[in-house]
Amino acid sequence: MKKLLSGNEALALGAYHAGVRVATAYPGTPSTEILEAIAPYKDVYAEWSTNEKVAMEVGLGACYTGARTLVCMKAVGLNVAADPFLAAATTGINGGLVIVSADDPSIHSSQGEQDNRHYAKLAKVPILEPVDSQSAYDLMALAFEISERFDTPVMLRTTTRISHSKSVVNVTGERAVSTKPPSFPRNVQKYVMLPVNARFRRPLIEERLVKLAEFADTFPFNRIESGGNNLGIIASGIGYQYAREVFPEASFLVLGMTHPHPTALLRRFAGQVKRILVVEELDPFLEDSIKALGIPVSGKEFIPRIGELNADIIEAAGRKMGVLAGKPAPPKITVKNPLPGRPPLLCPGCPHTGMFYVLASLGQRLKLPGAKEKEQKESTLVITGDIGCYTLATYPPLNAMDTTACMGASIGHAIGMEKAGLKSKIVAVIGDSTFLHSGVTPLIDAVYNQSKITVVILDNGTTAMTGHQEHPGTGITVKGEQAGRVILEDLVRGLGIKDVKVVSAFDIREVRAAVRYSLDRPELSVIISRGACAVRTPRGAVSRTIEVESCNQCGICLLIGCPAIQAEGKQPFIDPSMCMGEKCTICQQVCPKRAIKPSSELRAAK
Amino acid sequence: MKKFDLFITGVGGQGNILASDIAAEVALAAGYDVKKTDTLGMAQRGGSVISHVRIAEKVHSPLIKEGEVDILAGFEKLEAVRWAGYLKPGAIAIINDFAQPPLSVNFGVDHYPSDEEVRAILKQRTDRIFMVSGTHCVTELGNARTLNIFMLGCMSRFMPFKVELWKKSIRAHLPSRLHKINIAAFDLGRKEIGDGR
Repeated sequence: MKKLLSGNEALALGAYHAGVRVATAYPGTPSTEILEAIAPYKDVYAEWSTNEKVAMEVGLGACYTGARTLVCMKAVGLNVAADPFLAAATTGINGGLVIVSADDPSIHSSQGEQDNRHYAKLAKVPILEPVDSQSAYDLMALAFEISERFDTPVMLRTTTRISHSKSVVNVTGERAVSTKPPSFPRNVQKYVMLPVNARFRRPLIEERLVKLAEFADTFPFNRIESGGNNLGIIASGIGYQYAREVFPEASFLVLGMTHPHPTALLRRFAGQVKRILVVEELDPFLEDSIKALGIPVSGKEFIPRIGELNADIIEAAGRKMGVLAGKPAPPKITVKNPLPGRPPLLCPGCPHTGMFYVLASLGQRLKLPGAKEKEQKESTLVITGDIGCYTLATYPPLNAMDTTACMGASIGHAIGMEKAGLKSKIVAVIGDSTFLHSGVTPLIDAVYNQSKITVVILDNGTTAMTGHQEHPGTGITVKGEQAGRVILEDLVRGLGIKDVKVVSAFDIREVRAAVRYSLDRPELSVIISRGACAVRTPRGAVSRTIEVESCNQCGICLLIGCPAIQAEGKQPFIDPSMCMGEKCTICQQVCPKRAIKPSSELRAAK
Repeated sequence: MKKFDLFITGVGGQGNILASDIAAEVALAAGYDVKKTDTLGMAQRGGSVISHVRIAEKVHSPLIKEGEVDILAGFEKLEAVRWAGYLKPGAIAIINDFAQPPLSVNFGVDHYPSDEEVRAILKQRTDRIFMVSGTHCVTELGNARTLNIFMLGCMSRFMPFKVELWKKSIRAHLPSRLHKINIAAFDLGRKEIGDGR
């Protein structure tokens, strides 16, 4: 049956048909949809794990019982899960274990760009790379077979354009599950990595790699597509598609398995063509290992190692290399006035807006974009930030975030600044899902080392940024079923923190009072700002309106950065189709002239 | 077999991803190879969203090359002209007459292109510009969220797929309570373009 599937959907279906019994993940772009596509299957246990490290450990435990197991994460997620990933490479598996690493070239939605194939090389495990949804579907089944045949976890690596593009899949398989009940035969030498046992496993890993390299030479997804002999392309992943479009005459060696590489096949291909161009996204991973074989190839001297590729880039590379005839470029478009950008913003009715407005006003940092720069002064308040929608508060007019590095880092950053002797007050701001992911351990550090920082947990009851996934604080599973629930304030108080407040995110007065109180006291404090995500909240019935007669055009309502509040000249107005109405009212609360009112009141008055 | 490279642009929340999914399904049902992909930033709402739909006998890259777009459907004017460089000379450009100014425009820092500027930019690639009053039409119809289906109706005029195929795919992607109004929006879009001259 022909179906139009995204790469992520194809991976999920491939895993289901391959008999996967356990699937774990933490949401992260561009990997999120894989677990979401598996979760509806009743005969698969699927969970959003607390973080990627836990996802990997749960996955490893599951596969030890013989269950075929899938673990999915975004590129930077594997940084979190690196420890158990390398442990898995050492112990090996029992049931097949496939780890999807979805890399994000061009940093569409990540904190950095990294080529995770290096992790698989470090761990000495095989990598499979699909070129479209069909091969994603097919390779998933083979990944489980390779895992079990060679007693190794297998990395299945995608990049954004594979995960997030739809193409036609001929769905041929059906679900086939091992009928063996889960069992765990004790095997200390394999599963208990005491140094003596780890030393026993160590040479097995090298032997495994040699066998895998031999296997790579006959692996059917490493294949030559014969064309002309002037130019040979060695390609993997989405790079194959771009090169196929640009070089229809060339010969191709497409590698579905990029580590370890197929030495004999590479040499055979090199003997068939005059020049070789290696096309791969991000680092010269294949290129370097092919060059190490003594095969002369071109690659990153023509093709950028930064960012996503596309056919235009490959075409330009072909011209630079002299293997494509030059074609006159279409004349560039000229514009009279530069077109304005459209940076992402916090949504109308976002529960984070009020807290950031309060923090920004206490730190005297509210500023309209384009307003004159004031003299740079040392800020009296430093706001260390974290990863989620709320990172958008960095933009004007709120300007309310000073650091963002990786999941959970806000709290450690704040502790470090304080301990280094910074005189400013320091607030760490972190979302609920991120806090549970990796904010708890640094908060324990703050308790233990008697830090005096204030930690704000923005609790919108969801993992909003990646598309509203559940997490331990919501008490609902990925399948939509009731689950255990971690109560944030209980957890925080349980660590021994005395100054813990829960405030309503939409009550500016309450938020301001709590922030002022905690900042003024020389002890560790936590403020949980609670309010539901606007995207998941039905809009209020009565939008707010600005009463022009009472408005003195001071512009304070614009400083909250709500997209529903617009301006004609100096006069602000509220777009009723975007306003969340009585569910929010932040603008109404900050207006010093009380000119913002429910639209129904204003109509009644008229 | 002809190729159709469709480029659908708009602002998050306008439903262009659904529109591109429907167009891709129609092409598949009509026996074409098809690939589609969306590029969107990190915003849940309000950011730029672009969908590439590639329809041909055999498609390799899911992304359309610059200067190769056959049909542009711009759900918002600024987001339509932003990508004018992707248009093939003589391409079809269907632009919804609707502006959603970014915050920087509201603050008076940036300038939103006037309708003359919009035309002048597109004219550098094509004369086949169709300014359509989609937002107005579907608001009159009673559901502003059917704009994406209205725009599909406009686009369908320039592709050889049967009307019934479009309607079947629209129904397959929407809950039944929304079928009637969306089919009406699709028909309105077709009417708006007329014979495409």
